[in-house]
Amino acid sequence: MRAMNPDPSAPVLDLSGIHKAFPGVKALSDVRLRLFPGEVHALMGQNGAGKSTLIKVLTGLYTPDAGSITLDGQPIAPKRTEDAQALGIRTVYQEVNLCPNLSVAENICAGRFPRTPWWSGGRIDWPAVHAEARRVLGQMDLDIDVTQPLSRYSLSIQQMVAIARALRISARVLILDEPTSSLDDAAVQRLFTVLRRLRDQGLAILFVTHFLDQTYALADRITIMRNGETEGEYLAADLSRLALVNKMVGAPPDQQPTRLDSQAPATGEPVLRATGLARQGALQPLDLALRRGEVLGLAGLLGSGRTEAARLLFGADTADAGELHVGGRSGRWRSPREAIAAGLAFCSEDRKHEGAILDLSVRDNILLALQARAGLRLVLSREQQQALADDYIQRLGIKTASADTPIGQLSGGNQQKALLARWLATEPAVLILDEPTRGIDVRAKEDLMDAVRALAHKADGSGMALLFISSELPEVLHCSDRVLVMRDRRAAGTYARGELDERSVLEVIAAEPTAA
Amino acid sequence: MSTRPTGPKAWHHPLARPLAALILLLAVAAVSVPGFLHLEIKDGHLYGNLVDILHRAAPLMLAALGMTLVIATRGIDVSVGAVVAIAGTVACALVSTYGVAVAFAAALGAALLCGLWNGLLVSALGLQPIIATLILMVAGRGLAQLITDGQILTVYEPASFFWLGGGWLLGLPVSLFVVATVAGLTALLMRRTALGLFIQTVGINPVAARLAGVHTAAIVFFVYVYCSLGAGLAGLMVASNIKSADANNAGLLLELDAILAVTLGGGQLSGGKFSLLGSLIGALIIQTLTSTIYALGVPPQVTMVVKAVVVFAVCISQSSAWSSWRKA
Repeated sequence: MRAMNPDPSAPVLDLSGIHKAFPGVKALSDVRLRLFPGEVHALMGQNGAGKSTLIKVLTGLYTPDAGSITLDGQPIAPKRTEDAQALGIRTVYQEVNLCPNLSVAENICAGRFPRTPWWSGGRIDWPAVHAEARRVLGQMDLDIDVTQPLSRYSLSIQQMVAIARALRISARVLILDEPTSSLDDAAVQRLFTVLRRLRDQGLAILFVTHFLDQTYALADRITIMRNGETEGEYLAADLSRLALVNKMVGAPPDQQPTRLDSQAPATGEPVLRATGLARQGALQPLDLALRRGEVLGLAGLLGSGRTEAARLLFGADTADAGELHVGGRSGRWRSPREAIAAGLAFCSEDRKHEGAILDLSVRDNILLALQARAGLRLVLSREQQQALADDYIQRLGIKTASADTPIGQLSGGNQQKALLARWLATEPAVLILDEPTRGIDVRAKEDLMDAVRALAHKADGSGMALLFISSELPEVLHCSDRVLVMRDRRAAGTYARGELDERSVLEVIAAEPTAA
Repeated sequence: MSTRPTGPKAWHHPLARPLAALILLLAVAAVSVPGFLHLEIKDGHLYGNLVDILHRAAPLMLAALGMTLVIATRGIDVSVGAVVAIAGTVACALVSTYGVAVAFAAALGAALLCGLWNGLLVSALGLQPIIATLILMVAGRGLAQLITDGQILTVYEPASFFWLGGGWLLGLPVSLFVVATVAGLTALLMRRTALGLFIQTVGINPVAARLAGVHTAAIVFFVYVYCSLGAGLAGLMVASNIKSADANNAGLLLELDAILAVTLGGGQLSGGKFSLLGSLIGALIIQTLTSTIYALGVPPQVTMVVKAVVVFAVCISQSSAWSSWRKA
C-alpha cells in the first residue's frame, strides 16, 4: 500500500513512449497517457486505435516493447495482472467477470475472505464478509442485500458489484473498459453518480467508451488515440464535440450524417411474416412483417423482447406458439439451419460467444455460413475461398494482417465486420442485425448504418429485408423505414419513417411501467 | 494470449515437437540398443525393430485417428478398448462357420452399432461424452464375454483370417497398408469436404457453430461412429494377429493410449484444431517407447514408470505455461 500522492497536480500514473508490436501489426507506437488523482479520464479512439492494447499493457497482460510506466513517480513494470493489482491498478472489463451463482458478498470478497482467528479454526468469517461487502458498497452509496445471489440483480448492479470488488483494497487507479455498453440510460446515470463520488474521493479513473454524451457528462480529461498513436490529451471543457470526432477520425467528418431522403416505403409482399410468434418467458405473441427492400427497426429498452424476437425469427430459440410464413410455406423453425436454408441470416449481439470462431482464420469465419448451408460438399475451391475473403476484407474495410489471421486477434469492430461478411456471403433475403453497432466507434457506426441502408435500398428492387436492432434510438430512427417499438416483451406499435422522433418513441416506451 | 513465440520458424510448426520427440527417442534407442535400427530382408519380408514398431502400433494408430476427431469436438471416447474386444470376439465367433467376409462384416457391424449408441447418447441426449462412453466401456467387455462364454476363443482356420493382422504385402506387414489407407481416406475426407472445418468449428464454439447453420448434432454423431469403426477395425487386426478373441484383455486401456497419442501429437483436449498426422506420430512415440524399453531388458514393473516419465517430459515440452515460464 502506498501513501496518498502529496501533490494533486502530479499524475498518479504516467505512461510515456509506449511501443508494442505484434507480428504484422504495430499496435502501439510512442503512446503517452497520464492519469491524475481525482479525475475521470476518457480514452477515446476508433476501433483498432489501440485502446484495448494500451489497457492490456497497463494491467500487465502485455509487456510493452519499449517505454516507461511510473506510479507516483516510481517506475513500475507489471508482468502479470496480479502485479498491477498489487500496485493498486484495478480493472473492470466490458463483460462482467463475476460468478452469478454466488452471493454479492462472496463475489466481492472472493480470493481474500476475512477469516476467524486461528484459535477459532481460521474459517471464513461470514458476518465479517457481509459487513465488508456492505462497507464497500456503502462507499458507492449502494444498499442491497449482499447475501443474495448476484444473478438476482440487474446487469447495472452487477457492474457496480464488479467495481466494488475492484475497489475493495486500496485502489489508486480504476480502469473501466466500456462499462456502459450493456446498460440502459437509468443504469448509466446510476453508475456515473457512483463514479463521480469515487473521483471526489481522489481516485484516478480511466474510462473507455464510444459514447460522446457520456464522455462529456463524466470526463475531466480526454486522451485520443488514433492508429496506435496518441493524438493528444485535452481538457474536456476545451474540446468541442466536433473537434473530438475530427481528431478521432483524423479527417473532417461530414457535418451532417448522410441522411437518405425518405423513400417510398416498400410495398411488396412480405418475405418473412410472423403471426402470433411467442415463447414462454421470452416473448408475448408478436405479429411482424418484413418486406424486400425495407429496413425494419426494432426499438425498446433492454429486456423489452427485442433480442428474443430476433432469436425466434431465426430459430435460435424455438417458439411455443405462432407461425412464420416465408416463401409460401408456413410453420416454425426447429433450428437455425432451417432458417438459413430459407434465406435468413442473423448477426447475434454476442459476437464472442455466438458469432466468432476465435481460433479459426478470418477466411474460415467468413466462409462458415455459406459452407454450412451447402453441407459437406466444398462450395468453393481454395482460391475462390481466398478471393471471397479478400473481397469482403476490402469491401468492408476489415483491418487484419491477412485472411489467414485468426479472427480472435482482430479488434471487436473488425470481428463484427467479418461476421457481417459471413452473412452477406450467403446472400440472404432477410438479414437480422442485433446490436451490430455495439462496442464499435463513431466512424465505424456510420459506415455500418450506411451499409445497412444500402443493402436494403437497391435501385433495382433487389435489396434485402433487414431487421435492425439497437439500444441507441437515434441509430434506429436513422436507419429504419419502419420502427417497431417493443415494451414488456410485446409490440407497442409500428410507425412509419418520419412519423415519430426520439421523444415520441420514448413516450411510447414509457407509456406503461416497464419491467426492465 | 497473442504473444508469438520467437525462434526458428520451423520449430513452431505444430508437428515439430512431436516429430522431434520421436526422433530423439529413436536416437536414444539406437545408441543404447545395438542394432536397434537394423533392417534386413528375409524370405522377401522386411524385418527389424522399425517395422515391428509400425506393425505393433497399427491398432493404436487406428484408434488414435478416431480419437483425434472425437477430441476435436471437445468430446472423448473411453469405450474404444471395449469396442476392440467386441469386434474381435464377434469375428472369432463367426469366422470358422461363416467365413472371413461374413465375420469381418459382422464385426464392423457390431462396431458400427457401438458408435451409433455412443453418438446417440452424446449428440441426441446430450450426455457428457465421458459418462456416455463410460457405459459402453463398462458394459462392452461384458457383452463380449457373453459371446465367448467367458472363455478365450481361439481360431485355427481359415488361414485367410490371419492375413489382416499377421500377413505381408509387398514385403511389409498388411497392417501398415490398412493404417495408411484409413489415414489417407480420413485426410481426404477432411480436406475434400467441409467436415474438417465443421469439426473444428464445433470444437471451438458449438453455440456459434449452430447459429452459423452447422449441423452440430450430426457432426458430433459422426465422430463417435467413426471412432468406433476405427476401433472395430483395430479389434479385427488384434484378433487376427493373436489368432484368438480375449474378451478380457484385447485392447485393454487402448482408449487411454489413444488419448495420449492425440495429446502427444499436439491435440488439445479442449477441442478445436487437430492434426491426424500428429496423432499418428503420437501413437508411434508410445510404441517406440514400449519397444525400446523391452529391447533394453528393463524389468516389466519398471516399464510403466519409464513410460510415465517420458510422457510427462513430452507433455511438459508442449505446455504453453511451461514455455512462457521458461522464457520469463
